[in-house]
Amino acid sequence: MSTQTTAHTMAIQASRKPSAFTLERFWLYLILCLFAFMFLMPIYVMLVNSIKPLDEIRAGNLVALPLAPTIEPWVQAWSQAQIGVQATGLKPYFLNSFLMVIPAVLISTALGALNGYVLTQFKVKGGTLLFGLVLFSVFIPFQIVLIPMARLLGELGLAGSVKGLILVHTVYGIGFGTLFFRNFYAAFPQELVKSARMDGAGFFVLFWRLMLPASLPIVVVNIIWQFTNIWNDFLFGASFSDYSSYPLTVALNNLVSSSTGVKEYNVHFAGAFIAALPTLIVYIVSGKYFVRGLMAGSVKG
Amino acid sequence: MKRSLIAAVVSATMATGAVAAESVEVLHWWTSGGEAAALGVLKKDLESQGITWNDMPVAGGGGEAAMTALRARVTSGNPPSAVQALGFDITDWAKQGVVANLNDLAGKEGWDKVVPTALQKFSKHDGKWVAAPVNVHSTNWVWANKAVLDKAGVNTMPQNWDEFIVALDKVQKAGYVGLAHGGQAWQDATLFDGVVLTTGGVDFYNKAFVQKDPKALNSATMVKAFDRMSQLRSYVDKDFSNRDWNLASAMVIEGKAGFQIMGDWAKGEFLKAKKVPNKDFLCMRVPGTQGMVSFNSDQFMMFKVGADSQGAQTKLAKAIMNPSFQSAFNVVKGSVPARTDVPNTAFDDCGKKGMADLADANKSGQLVGSMAHGHAVPASIKNGFYDVITGHFNGTMTSAAAAKAMAEAAE
Amino acid sequence: MKNRWLPALVLSPSLLLVGVCVYGFIAFTFYLSFTASTILPNMTLAGGENYARLFSLSTFFSSLGNLGLFATLYIVISMALGMTLAILIDQRIRAESIFRSIFLYPMALSFIVTGTAWKWLLDPSIGLERTVHLMGFESFTFNWIKDGDMAIYTVVIAAVWQTSGFVMALFLAGLRGIDNEVLNAARVDGAKSWRIYTRIIIPQLGPSFISSFVILAHMAIKSYDLVIALTGGGPGRATWLPSVFMYQYTFTRNEMAVGAASAVIMLIGIAVVVVPYVRREMRLNQGPNA
Repeated sequence: MSTQTTAHTMAIQASRKPSAFTLERFWLYLILCLFAFMFLMPIYVMLVNSIKPLDEIRAGNLVALPLAPTIEPWVQAWSQAQIGVQATGLKPYFLNSFLMVIPAVLISTALGALNGYVLTQFKVKGGTLLFGLVLFSVFIPFQIVLIPMARLLGELGLAGSVKGLILVHTVYGIGFGTLFFRNFYAAFPQELVKSARMDGAGFFVLFWRLMLPASLPIVVVNIIWQFTNIWNDFLFGASFSDYSSYPLTVALNNLVSSSTGVKEYNVHFAGAFIAALPTLIVYIVSGKYFVRGLMAGSVKG
Repeated sequence: MKRSLIAAVVSATMATGAVAAESVEVLHWWTSGGEAAALGVLKKDLESQGITWNDMPVAGGGGEAAMTALRARVTSGNPPSAVQALGFDITDWAKQGVVANLNDLAGKEGWDKVVPTALQKFSKHDGKWVAAPVNVHSTNWVWANKAVLDKAGVNTMPQNWDEFIVALDKVQKAGYVGLAHGGQAWQDATLFDGVVLTTGGVDFYNKAFVQKDPKALNSATMVKAFDRMSQLRSYVDKDFSNRDWNLASAMVIEGKAGFQIMGDWAKGEFLKAKKVPNKDFLCMRVPGTQGMVSFNSDQFMMFKVGADSQGAQTKLAKAIMNPSFQSAFNVVKGSVPARTDVPNTAFDDCGKKGMADLADANKSGQLVGSMAHGHAVPASIKNGFYDVITGHFNGTMTSAAAAKAMAEAAE
Repeated sequence: MKNRWLPALVLSPSLLLVGVCVYGFIAFTFYLSFTASTILPNMTLAGGENYARLFSLSTFFSSLGNLGLFATLYIVISMALGMTLAILIDQRIRAESIFRSIFLYPMALSFIVTGTAWKWLLDPSIGLERTVHLMGFESFTFNWIKDGDMAIYTVVIAAVWQTSGFVMALFLAGLRGIDNEVLNAARVDGAKSWRIYTRIIIPQLGPSFISSFVILAHMAIKSYDLVIALTGGGPGRATWLPSVFMYQYTFTRNEMAVGAASAVIMLIGIAVVVVPYVRREMRLNQGPNA
């Protein structure tokens, strides 16, 4: 993190001691709690109904606590539910999703960082325009991409494989990655860069030794964003995979969207949770760094 | 000598490596209990022949998501061996020249003789067999809760439309929901199959939905059919919009509603809830359509695959058409076998009726493809019809305007 | 720098990938919109008939109208809510990280999960309306999701819930970046909190507004999964958005060329709305390339 921003942050933190209890503070907390309640409602409903037996769900009340709580739906969703012809639950598909997400996130972070570095520290002809084009690319609707990308993957021999999915997700992660890093590096203190250059630092040394180590907050922002988007993607996962590589979202969709049979809502909700756990964990664990990262980079005027 | 040369080559192949394990990759959307279990029967059958079943399920939208994934797979040059498909979708894919030719197997097994002609229209393209049908569903069925009907004073089964309306009225006045329905476009259209058949008969149905004759589509008969849809609309409950079809069936099963007009996959729901035909629930044709069958058939279309996969693919097609598989699968699924020579001993009473109806309709020329399920017009027109039917059902246009819109959609 | 072309070289993989996989595909789609493609791409040209067909479909125009309504409400409400939450949390709250996590977590869920959960909550027969009835308030109705005119607003509700936490994080970061001395000086001068916010703080949040807009617009365009999971596009066709229209015609209806035409129109619309913001982002923080 740059020294300027660190000092700044510390100054702000120092002045932010919790203040005394007043009527104003009461209203503040009340309003916040009200909002928190509204935000938590859907997930409370999903959680509470995921541990109810099915007849309680049908007979009862959406918000009532379970009379006979059971973890059976979770066990079902994890390892016993019908996903296709076999009743394997969601467990086997976690691996496919991780194999796809982790490399894609790492590569697109690396590319975003390098792009941001080049665009802010070097004179590139038409650099600003190129940035604009890369940024605009995030708005492309994915349906447009499906057929031509399938053709491309076929030509490259990557059809139906995890590698193909990694390529696809990396490509469409470049836009936001470049945006995050470019804004961060643009605010990077130029004196440090100048003095490093005068000391003889070359292209990669400057990046590797100076800028990248200071980028932790924005790396966290980018990882969170890319991880969430790639983990939750359905369209590419269903279209570019085959029986051996399809990710968790496709399995979850098979669990939740089956056309016949009794809808076991409790299993569906348990399944939705299980599928969402990695992203939830990523968000909760890195929440602090997330805000710090946004603050240290993308939004300073 | 040739023989010793061949022997030498064969033993060399055996020595260098085993023959590659055979496998089929199957793309489908049967992901829930009953159907998946039924498909599992096929999987076990193939596994006993040494063929691995590679499952590629993509659920949702009655195959919509699966069909999208299929496009990507075909475009990337990596199609699955077999894909579940309905009606005109098979024809559309066959036109692209990417499907396999099953004539050898079909000839050996005599498929031409045992598969109803109306089905063959979709299983074959240009005289070549391209798909193996698994079942025949029918859409002009009515399912009723016997106890509700008794309490409402409906003692005789309605034989024509007017009697049906009287019965719906009685059920509604007795405090139940008259018609259990889910307001999704395809369900509205499923109702429409039966309503058009009962209003205009098989000839009108064919002129309008198969030949797309604008004079039939924008006609007084069609307006009358739409008026009847409005009548049905007055017997659904206020929360029908976007309700899943099996929840509507549940309304009938649990005695909250009297009737449901739905294809015979609904029977599976009744059987799973341990209801007995003719005791707990009744199955009848949409009043006025007795003797007629509007059908749709799930078929596995076979794609062109590499030479090393063709053997397994052929075995899959053969296993699908096996009479004992056809019986086992359809008993669970609620439909009837796609071959007419399967004994009906394992089926329940409604299933037996279905098989008899199919054979009769096939003989008398009253077997028509369901418009609602892609067996009368291709996808683009079918969906255009959907737009009109669901718009009219939701009150956004008059019957006269709807009939006109139907003719426009078919252009 | 010794190697003049090294920076350009480093940029080139990204430029190549984006060039081909985004702009190349856009060009391909543009071409497709003039062909006779049905189930798969068909390269034979068919003139402007796809556009003629496109403009004759009322569902196309209702989708565009829905997008305008949805996107406007979604973006405005998310920004207002996000900024409000950020300001509230910025007031030196004790349990800040807990509140922040609560508001942020919906972003971690996929659109399918969000749509399904809200579909449940808003269904009159099993969700909120029924619960309130069971609590004794029999006359309460909330059947927007089943009402052709109101269903689009349920999509707004679900979408706002999903992303306003992220907007809050962006604004929180912006607020934290504001210079304290100016604020203290204003307070010493006796300015009221309200005034400080409207005159000093909010105007300085410009970059947060721009970044939020980019994120929110991106989400609005991508909202196919949410609509399908929440309302199925219904009742009837009442909640169709252009992304739903495009999917339907390109895939489900085997009218790929018409779908491509709708995509072209949609891209033009996106460009018109988004390019000014993209240009602002470009000009912001230009560094040595200024």
